[in-house]
Amino acid sequence: MTDQAVEHEVGRSRLRKEDARLITGQTNWTDNIQVAGLLHLAILRSPMAHARITRIDVSPALERPGVVAAFSGADLAEGLGSLPCAWPVTEDIVLPDHPPVAVDEVRYAGDPVAVVVARDRYAAADALEAIEVDYDPLPPVLDLEAALAEGAPLVHADKGTNRCYTWPLATGGSFESVRQRAEVTVKRRYHQQRLIPNAMEPRAVVVTPLAASGEYTVYSATQIPHILRIMLAVVTGIPEQKLRVVAPDVGGGFGSKLQVYGEEALALAVARKLGRPVKWTESRSEGYLATHHGRGMIQDIEVAATREGKLLGLKVDLLADMGAYLMLVTPGIPLLGAFMYPAIYKMDAYEFNCTGVFTTRTPTDAYRGAGRPEATFAIERIMDELAAELGLDPVEVRRRNWIRHEEFPYTSIAGLTYDSGNYEAATEKALALFGYDDLRAEQRERTERGAPVRLGIGVSTYTEMCGLAPSRVLRDLRYAAGGWEAASIRMLPTGKVEVVTGTSPHGQGHETCWSQIAADVLGVPFDDVEVLHGDTQAAPQGMDTYGSRSLSVGGEAVHRAATKVVEKARKVAAHLLEASEQDLEFTNGVFSVKGSPEAHKSIQEIAFEAFTSHDLPDGVEPSINAETLVDPENFSYPHGTHLCAVEVDTETGRTRIRSYVCVDDVGRVVNPMIVEGQVHGGIAQGIAQALYEEAVYDAEGNLVSGTMADYLVPSAADLPDFVTGRTETPAASNSMGVKGVGEAGTIASTPAVVNAVVDALRPLGVHDVRMPCTPERVWRAVKEASA
Amino acid sequence: MIPPAFEYARPTSVDEAVSVLADAGEEAKVLAGGQSLLPLLRLRLAFPELVVDVGRIPELRGVREDGDTLVIGALTTHHDVIRDPLVRRHAGLLAEATATVADPAVRHRGTLGGSLAHADPAGDLPAVVLALDGEMVVAGPSGRRTVPARDFFVDYLQSALAPDELLVEVRVPKTDGWSYHYEKFHRVAQAWAIVGVAALVRRDDGRIAEARIGLTNMGSTPLRATAAEEALAGADGLDAVARACEAAAEGTRPSQDLSASPEYREHLARVLTRRAVLTAGGMG
Amino acid sequence: MTHIKVNVDGTTYEDDVEPRLLLAHYLRDRLGLTGTPIGCDTSNCGACTVDLDGETVKSCSVLAVQADGGTVTTVQGLAKDGEWTALQHAFHERHGLQCGYCTPGMIMAARDLLSENPHPTSDEVRQALEGNLCRCTGYQNIVRAVLAASGQQVPEEATA
Repeated sequence: MTDQAVEHEVGRSRLRKEDARLITGQTNWTDNIQVAGLLHLAILRSPMAHARITRIDVSPALERPGVVAAFSGADLAEGLGSLPCAWPVTEDIVLPDHPPVAVDEVRYAGDPVAVVVARDRYAAADALEAIEVDYDPLPPVLDLEAALAEGAPLVHADKGTNRCYTWPLATGGSFESVRQRAEVTVKRRYHQQRLIPNAMEPRAVVVTPLAASGEYTVYSATQIPHILRIMLAVVTGIPEQKLRVVAPDVGGGFGSKLQVYGEEALALAVARKLGRPVKWTESRSEGYLATHHGRGMIQDIEVAATREGKLLGLKVDLLADMGAYLMLVTPGIPLLGAFMYPAIYKMDAYEFNCTGVFTTRTPTDAYRGAGRPEATFAIERIMDELAAELGLDPVEVRRRNWIRHEEFPYTSIAGLTYDSGNYEAATEKALALFGYDDLRAEQRERTERGAPVRLGIGVSTYTEMCGLAPSRVLRDLRYAAGGWEAASIRMLPTGKVEVVTGTSPHGQGHETCWSQIAADVLGVPFDDVEVLHGDTQAAPQGMDTYGSRSLSVGGEAVHRAATKVVEKARKVAAHLLEASEQDLEFTNGVFSVKGSPEAHKSIQEIAFEAFTSHDLPDGVEPSINAETLVDPENFSYPHGTHLCAVEVDTETGRTRIRSYVCVDDVGRVVNPMIVEGQVHGGIAQGIAQALYEEAVYDAEGNLVSGTMADYLVPSAADLPDFVTGRTETPAASNSMGVKGVGEAGTIASTPAVVNAVVDALRPLGVHDVRMPCTPERVWRAVKEASA
Repeated sequence: MIPPAFEYARPTSVDEAVSVLADAGEEAKVLAGGQSLLPLLRLRLAFPELVVDVGRIPELRGVREDGDTLVIGALTTHHDVIRDPLVRRHAGLLAEATATVADPAVRHRGTLGGSLAHADPAGDLPAVVLALDGEMVVAGPSGRRTVPARDFFVDYLQSALAPDELLVEVRVPKTDGWSYHYEKFHRVAQAWAIVGVAALVRRDDGRIAEARIGLTNMGSTPLRATAAEEALAGADGLDAVARACEAAAEGTRPSQDLSASPEYREHLARVLTRRAVLTAGGMG
Repeated sequence: MTHIKVNVDGTTYEDDVEPRLLLAHYLRDRLGLTGTPIGCDTSNCGACTVDLDGETVKSCSVLAVQADGGTVTTVQGLAKDGEWTALQHAFHERHGLQCGYCTPGMIMAARDLLSENPHPTSDEVRQALEGNLCRCTGYQNIVRAVLAASGQQVPEEATA
């Protein structure tokens, strides 16, 4: 018997396989790629938010040293179609044309207008300055409400409107009727500021053509090599089978690399035109204009409730800033939130309306949480306002409304079936870790004394829908593709294992976690498993990584594929051991005959038998490899309770986070260390929205927070330690019971922090502070409340 | 992004540097540590024809005493200023404030002289040197001249340096017997100060005998809060200090930008001046 | 073109470079030392941090000509004969990285801190890393890694 792993891999904090190359600098970021004859592409971008291009002359750039080619939008228009939007959310949605390089009109500051190709990146950057462009300015469109008014200037004049779509949802009874019988109603307007995702690796793309056969390899810092391949085939007309897309090491995404970008199509088009390899790498400040933004919504939310604090109904009216064009899933982002406003609460009526609005700003699209952080923020903020209105503790008002653990599975008012959860348990644990009662006592003491530095406590009891997504649901939402995921397992002749996954990690640790899953099912050592991903040649099928889907859909696929391998191996083992399949036991990678343990075959031995196929049963093909595609039957619904204590200096307006506690229920956990890391990072990004970050535009439509010196990504010195805890109610919708964790922290933390800030100031008469809660905004809120 | 092309000179003495600058005229930029200049070049906000790298002129580096004055070479890095025993003993305010500049890697390269010559009113050190009543020693084609800090900062990003002049030394009177504090208010650790207050306090018999207040980012140049300084003389307790500091924003003209409005900056100047003085005076 | 001579990770290189060439681009594009990445253009993110003559610098904010005659250590030069340094081990063991793009800079900045302050407090670690941005980890495990590398006791895992 071979020496086999006995300890279960799933549930262990395995150190990551990915780390060795990352901590020694042996990485393969896209910008690292060097090939002979590589040309560098640089892009001239519009300095104006909205203008007609009246003249463009790229020819002076050709005179510059090292320049190989220069193109205007018109030069590239042939053979380069409109960038795709895969989620036309309504039948009558306005879908504007989106050329990768503008031809006659620019619609946001940063819209590409010309391209230079040169021998090195310095020459390319210099040559941009030689290009001559004349613009005839058009009025910018920046205010979401004004944009919808009669006679407003139009982003896309040919469409006759800035309204992209209106998407309604009404479930339960009518909101108006429950409002009539409600004893209390609370209505608020919240602003979701625009955010810049800021993955640490700037985007980059390298295209290497094989002109003779019309084949192209596209290396891109992308989360979605598989979707990208399909879309690039559509945009460029290059046959899909001639395209190979590789996502090498990718340095974070957070949704910003869930995209089919103009630069990817451009690099491919230019490589095809010139028959030479090209590279484009964005600088950070270029990326602030060119990489999609997140959030950007105005939320009008109203709750109707009884005097006891029992929710009766909820109404949400949303204006969502699409930006200038519809990118891959731009219109669908608010819809991912549409189902989450009712959150963990029971009620009788829910009404939701979302209107997407075009503006002359960088397009928006997915950013960590995508629609769900916005929804969670609004409902969790207004639950605090309801509590204040009724004089109830914010935790108590939640308790009176949430779904109790014995009520699962529970179909929410929005129509989602929550399979499992225990809000009571997570909340009790969080309150205990936090020291809730002591902090409340201290808060009262400070309030009574009129202390200049107030204490505030914020709570957020969130859930989310992730594990995107059941394909039939996507069909009903008019999304253009499915939500399945693929995995295959290859048992190599030497007994080692290759796991091929359709997910495309960029920091999540799939190489480690998928190894753990496969090792457990197959009974092979963790180190014997290699995970292949992110290359359409190695992993031809996949739906990639976003929406906290990788584990609950892609990991599930690995689990099922490995299970199939065992079942195939069982047939061979039965034949070799001259036993019936039913008489075989499979433990720690070894088949043995029940009652006669000396008769056994390891799965590695069977892999070799399959390879030689000298003695296979009749009708059995010479392989125990397996592949599977999993279409999830439901979303998964992580939940948890986050608590934040802040100290707010009422004199300066500065907020300091004093303590942060969270208890998350993400179902079964494959690797606790990685889960904790995801939670930490998610919380940090949520805090950043609450306190620090905002993409600010001036009245002309220029992005004024245009560099990393102006857009405040918090550092280690700006953030506290987090206390993390877990409860575990397994998901019922997949065989491993996992739920996903990538977005939970971000979804939960923003309202916890803002609730804490407002809680600190409520005794002074403050009911809201707009995000980010900058010192000046806090100071003004206090000043205005006391005036 | 990529810096635009430029010619490069690396003089090895002050005289050589001055003569290179004199030959180049207005199109030259001095490169010391480069921590302000390089980001400007990379964002293509500056297009010098010639960059004069003074980083290898040993005489520009180091700290020495000259009677009651501390003389700090313009090329002394922030890192070295923070750790220099003479600076710590005789100009502790400078050491304390320098430790708040940017981050450790930037402080390894960035220099005191570079920060002052850049004349950014949002920089921490101009207001500090102003509060210290420092002087700049400037070398030019016709020799050296000394410019008091109050005359050195002319306007936003504009110093009294002529194109053919080089800042070589910063002279600050020793402030032994003074207590001090730099109160910096910024949104994240790396961000520029929304407002900073450099306070020096000399106490006598329980009262504030004299106070000097330098303000960061309260106008197009660093400023002294003269009215508050006058009101603080003789202040003998928390209330008196608080009253005096109400004058801290007098005569300032703060700007509106991404991080704050003028009104808020004026408010902060008053609050932070009070806090800086109280902390400096050991009264907080 | 200016002639420069620089020792990087133990090898001496001589090259003619444009004066404007950034040290980061010299390392990456000329020497092929791509272990040092670039994350911004304003010296905020710190991903490109290397050691120049015994001190950390942001290699995107130093010209290659300024490094002439100098000695540069990058993340690729830390491990000796394949043996990781204590910091590299600690980042691995404490899960101090996710996507890993900031990691070279973080390790170089932490190395600089520990050379000046071998037993920092958690707050001192946070202050020392103020010029290095990470978007994945929320920093907590990075702080733990640095404390662990300094030989201090650090709780294994905070999750209750």
